Amino acid sequence: MNEVIKSILSAQFFYSVLRVTTPVLFAALGALLSDVAGVINIALEGLMLMSAFWGVMVSAWTGSAWIGLLAGVASAVLLSLALAYFHLNLKTDLILAGIALNMFASGSTVFLLYLFSGDKGSSSSVKSYVLPNVDIPGIKNIPILGDILSGHHVLTYIAFLSVFVVQYLIYKTPLGLRMRAVGENPNAAQSVGISVKRIKYTSLVLSGLMAGLGGAFLSMGYVSWFARDMTNGRGFIGLAAQALGGKSAYGSMWGALLFGAAEATSYTLQAIRIPSEFTNMLPFIFTIIALIIYARAKIMQIKKIREKQTSHEEVGL
Amino acid sequence: MRRDRIIFETVRTTLTILIALLIGYVILLFATDKANEAFKWFLLGPLSTKRRIVELLNRTTPLIFTGLAVSVVFQAEIFNIGAEGQLFFGAVAATFAALYFPHIKFLQIILVMLFAMAAGGAWAAVPAYMKAKWNASELVSSLMMNYVAFFFGLYLVNYHMRDVNAGALVSYRFPRTAWLPRMLRRYNLHPGILIAIGFALLVWFFLYRTKYGYELRMVGKNKEFARFSGIKVENVVIYSQIISGMIAGLAGAIELMGLYKRFVWQMTPGYGFDGIIVALLARNNPLMVIPAALFISYLRTGSYVMGRMTGIAPEIVVMLQAIMILLITAEAFLAFWKRRMIEKSAMSREE
Repeated sequence: MNEVIKSILSAQFFYSVLRVTTPVLFAALGALLSDVAGVINIALEGLMLMSAFWGVMVSAWTGSAWIGLLAGVASAVLLSLALAYFHLNLKTDLILAGIALNMFASGSTVFLLYLFSGDKGSSSSVKSYVLPNVDIPGIKNIPILGDILSGHHVLTYIAFLSVFVVQYLIYKTPLGLRMRAVGENPNAAQSVGISVKRIKYTSLVLSGLMAGLGGAFLSMGYVSWFARDMTNGRGFIGLAAQALGGKSAYGSMWGALLFGAAEATSYTLQAIRIPSEFTNMLPFIFTIIALIIYARAKIMQIKKIREKQTSHEEVGL
Repeated sequence: MRRDRIIFETVRTTLTILIALLIGYVILLFATDKANEAFKWFLLGPLSTKRRIVELLNRTTPLIFTGLAVSVVFQAEIFNIGAEGQLFFGAVAATFAALYFPHIKFLQIILVMLFAMAAGGAWAAVPAYMKAKWNASELVSSLMMNYVAFFFGLYLVNYHMRDVNAGALVSYRFPRTAWLPRMLRRYNLHPGILIAIGFALLVWFFLYRTKYGYELRMVGKNKEFARFSGIKVENVVIYSQIISGMIAGLAGAIELMGLYKRFVWQMTPGYGFDGIIVALLARNNPLMVIPAALFISYLRTGSYVMGRMTGIAPEIVVMLQAIMILLITAEAFLAFWKRRMIEKSAMSREE
């Protein structure tokens, strides 16, 4: 037990929290960008998977990790456009369309992986490239803090920077205002001349962009290959993290960090020979518990507001 | 009017299937220079030998069960998509019951089934309770439960019930008292399909001929109306999901007792998600689930035959299923035609 506590308090542990948080944070921001416009993007899981696959493949073909990243993100954006088209133009049920796209991503990546590499499990036979890690001058040399904050994958920094960008976009720009208006009350937004469809398209594309970055991180940073269904629920956990954080990017970030801490802890537990099957389920159990606590708190809040209202009415009488 | 709707839905479903198959053919054209041969195996493979017909029927069994499980919750407009995890955990529970419950002929089979149903029901009860009590989204929590079922189940099997003498990561072999009997001498056709059809009838009776089924459908049609007419919506939310979970759990038990005689999965078999397309094709009607499951099983079996004969990855069929889900649920797909049909019938009535 001492061993565990010691390793949890080490700089290395906090470093790995930031690392494992990255894909979930991207997914959570993606969930937030669609949620503010009133769209539940359950396809995040599949969007990430798609990007992870095409990132690896295109980087192997072109020899450039950056072109791979671009291709991965483009594939995720394209798929989110498909989701938007089916939902907004063909009036497909949003959740079922999301499930279908997740299936599509899972099936098509395995199908193409086998076609391109002759292997159905992973792309280890394909020589692909990874995006670099970045040292931050100045911070790098500070003891402990430097070990935690410096030397991360370039997408890890982009993820945390995105938190501020997304927050700014949603709360300080005209586009963000429109997105919130559409999410709050589409009819009212329509009546003041906002094109609801266009705004929803935009927010789904932005959501796909985030998911694409998260997926690319998985196969071009977290590990250096693509594996069948490698997202492993991270897109769904991103949804849960966003649900915990409400409509703020900072909230989503804390939700994602909570999950990242749970996952990093589970790796630490593996080191003291607790079976990986057991530790792998911990983040999911943790998410369920967090969802319960959140839902309970929300109900209490609603109750309180109601009580206040009724007591006001009594005073009024 | 009713007849018009049935015609419309039939045409739409047929068209959807044809479009999906066409897309499949085009994908094959890009993937291989033997596209015609591959497509032929895909379409006709399931009926090419007796063994493959048996394979087709056995694969239909779990799909009927998960199709029913999904239909029940979808009829109540609940998005519990945890059938995958409920089936997986039901199978783990069945393994436990098969290995450790008393080995009494016939009785043990029943006990294994009941235990798996209890496990699947319990698994579904978690998101159900969270939804009813705290209004937490059953969508996210049921997805989370899928992963918990998978990892926890693997932990239980790999660390407590694993047969170390077997070459692969599998559980101990079930005792003969926990095997479903064979229905044919030369082929392993197990009676699961009969049980599944029986369950389809049972679920139909439950939904359309009992008070509880009526309440469930009312909640699905209009929650607020159901509440005002005195239906306890929270109870419906809970029992519909538990029933659904029990059906999915039973599928896991039957799959192991009939087909494998031990726990063999290191990946989730995917039947839970296939249940969604089965339910959609069947329009959540338990009786229609039977042909819908047979159809999906046909596609699956065809894709495996194609894979074995030509080396094309059978996962192509997952893509086609996804396309079918998209088109079947697309309300605007063929809507112009529906409108014309309604107009026409209205005109003819005026005359």
